[in-house]
Amino acid sequence: MPQFQKKTQIIRIERFASDIVRLTLDSPDIASVARPGQFVMIRTGNGKDPLLRRPFSISQTSNQKHFQILFKVVGRGTLLLSHCREGEFLSVLGPLGSGFTVDCQRMNCLVGGGMGIAPLLFLGKTLSRTCPENSPLVVVGSRTKEELEPLVNDFNEIGLTVHPATDDGSLGHHGLVTDVLKKLDLRGDSEIFVCGPHPMMAAVHFFCEERGYACQVSMETSMACGMGACLGCIVPVKNGAYAHACSDGPVFDSKELLWQVR
Amino acid sequence: MASEVNGVDLRVSIGSLKLKNPVMTASGTFGYAREFEPYVNLHRLGAVVVKGISLEPRFGNPPPRIVETSCGMLNAIGLENVGVERFISEKMETLRQVNVPVFVNILGDTLDEYREIASRLAGVEGIAGIEVNISCPNVKKGGVAFGTDPEMAAVVTKAVKENSTVPIMVKLSPNVTDITVIARAVEDAGADAVSLINTLIGLAIDHRSRKPALANVIGGLSGPAIKPVALRMVYQVAQAVSLPVIGVGGIETTEDVLEFMLAGATAVQIGTANFVNPRASEEAVEGLAHYVATERLGSIREMIGGLVLP
Ligand SMILES: Cc1cc2nc3c(=O)[nH]c(=O)nc-3n(C[C@H](O)[C@H](O)[C@H](O)COP(=O)(O)OP(=O)(O)OC[C@H]3O[C@@H](n4cnc5c(N)ncnc54)[C@H](O)[C@@H]3O)c2cc1C
Ligand SMILES: Cc1cc2nc3c(=O)[nH]c(=O)nc-3n(C[C@H](O)[C@H](O)[C@H](O)COP(=O)(O)O)c2cc1C
Ligand code: FES
Repeated sequence: MPQFQKKTQIIRIERFASDIVRLTLDSPDIASVARPGQFVMIRTGNGKDPLLRRPFSISQTSNQKHFQILFKVVGRGTLLLSHCREGEFLSVLGPLGSGFTVDCQRMNCLVGGGMGIAPLLFLGKTLSRTCPENSPLVVVGSRTKEELEPLVNDFNEIGLTVHPATDDGSLGHHGLVTDVLKKLDLRGDSEIFVCGPHPMMAAVHFFCEERGYACQVSMETSMACGMGACLGCIVPVKNGAYAHACSDGPVFDSKELLWQVR
Repeated sequence: MASEVNGVDLRVSIGSLKLKNPVMTASGTFGYAREFEPYVNLHRLGAVVVKGISLEPRFGNPPPRIVETSCGMLNAIGLENVGVERFISEKMETLRQVNVPVFVNILGDTLDEYREIASRLAGVEGIAGIEVNISCPNVKKGGVAFGTDPEMAAVVTKAVKENSTVPIMVKLSPNVTDITVIARAVEDAGADAVSLINTLIGLAIDHRSRKPALANVIGGLSGPAIKPVALRMVYQVAQAVSLPVIGVGGIETTEDVLEFMLAGATAVQIGTANFVNPRASEEAVEGLAHYVATERLGSIREMIGGLVLP
């Protein structure tokens, strides 16, 4: 699988909230081979501190030329990244990891929380192209309308209907995405694609297990290399062993992983 | 053996082993080399050192295993590896095809384990050398690391040497009062080279959760933060022993490599920098070639121990 280390130019910066930023990066190499669920490792500064690259999901690609990342400022690396300006260059490694596997015969449902929505936009776009007869259902949740609305609009633009949920009730359901998911009329052969905070993914996993739905999760861990070299990015799997989120994942069949019982 | 970089002489020797240049990659930071193929022309490196291998497979420590610290990182991977048998049948198979000298980093909980793993690797095609990680706790001696006691370090060195068919390089732990004592002990025990330093033990705490950042509580510090400590130890050890010294710790650029060579290193290993810039090792080879050419040196070997003291 092709991987690149590239200086990529920032061609657009959008700010959805004071701490939520979307960057559009120019990289035909990465954009033309990336698959939904894959991620990139980005240097957030040029110095030795912060030292390590930060992982971000590829949130959309366009024209095989550009790709986007959507991120929230949670620490020093993301803060530095949020201060970037258009025209500047970033060192990007990618595309990395495995992507989602899709089956057009199933009823597909995307469930995203917070920044976990990022890779689902790419997945939604790909599904509507490769399975045109079978639009996926989309359930996304975030803190407020302010940060969720631009993403809902993006899904709408590709012709997908969205069931939103917000913590403050400012858009859609007032509460959790899992509440919305549980009320949907899902077929028995449904497959759920979920990315978001760990407790949300665990809840969706148990829900799918109960109903017999297939479920793919995209896992977040701390990562030093993103390419299978440091062995730092583990997630526990069933027999006491570990899988590596960067190279075995980040997308896993939720049944392979070890989840804390509710 | 001709050097490939513009006819410039970058060759160095580690015992009987001739390397085309002094740039190696450090154990645990370069996977089994294949991971870096999209970024690096592996055959241009001096050598690669693979992830530490034990007799039996190990799952390693629970997460979180890594955390970034100022100009560095702490890791407590817990020596996760596939075990020597799978290493030979799966990993060596592909390593043989990359056309670069391979050092196998080995570790054990007991002296017998070191001995057994060395004999299992003896004669396996494609192994250029063994690097002995002696920073592991000796289970039979109450968990004291082999590398912190000169006698235990010597006994392990001797056991591996007696059971190996290739040069052995002993990787020293910096977590000791006087590293030259350990270096001399392994030299006397028959080591062909010493590499240093392994990680410095450290701790990171998240004050909000009041918990350690790593599940293992304590981890090993690596990266630019440890470079001055590594340079100092390389300098001291290079004066204390007559073996080739391989410098490790915070090396990222050509300039870093030159500094380690001036301090007395014959070769170097690039570790954590591979995570930040996967091309760091190959770029250092290119940088050294450029340096030798522009400074009109006869060979890179002129740099070794060339520190000008005040
Ligand atoms: C495969 C993958 C894809 C990702 N995609 C996205 C994305 O599309 N958008 C996005 O905003 N973020 C994403 N992340 C998370 C993102 O990498 C982290 O938020 C970022 O590394 C934080 O860097 P920092 O320097 O700002 O924070 P740091 O200073 O490193 O950490 C600040 C705080 O955030 C916590 N933290 C750091 N990393 C993570 C993490 N991975 N998960 C949970 N908590 C963490 C730390 O424990 C600390 O409390 C992804 C992570 C992975 C592994
Ligand atoms: C994630 C990680 C894993 C490591 N694993 C090993 C190992 O298996 N065996 C070993 O001898 N050293 C191991 N090391 C130590 C490095 O080889 C090296 O000695 C140390 O990191 C200092 O060099 P650096 O600052 O260039 O990284 C590891 C280091 C890191 C960061
Ligand atoms: S992040 Fe280094 S192995 Fe996964």
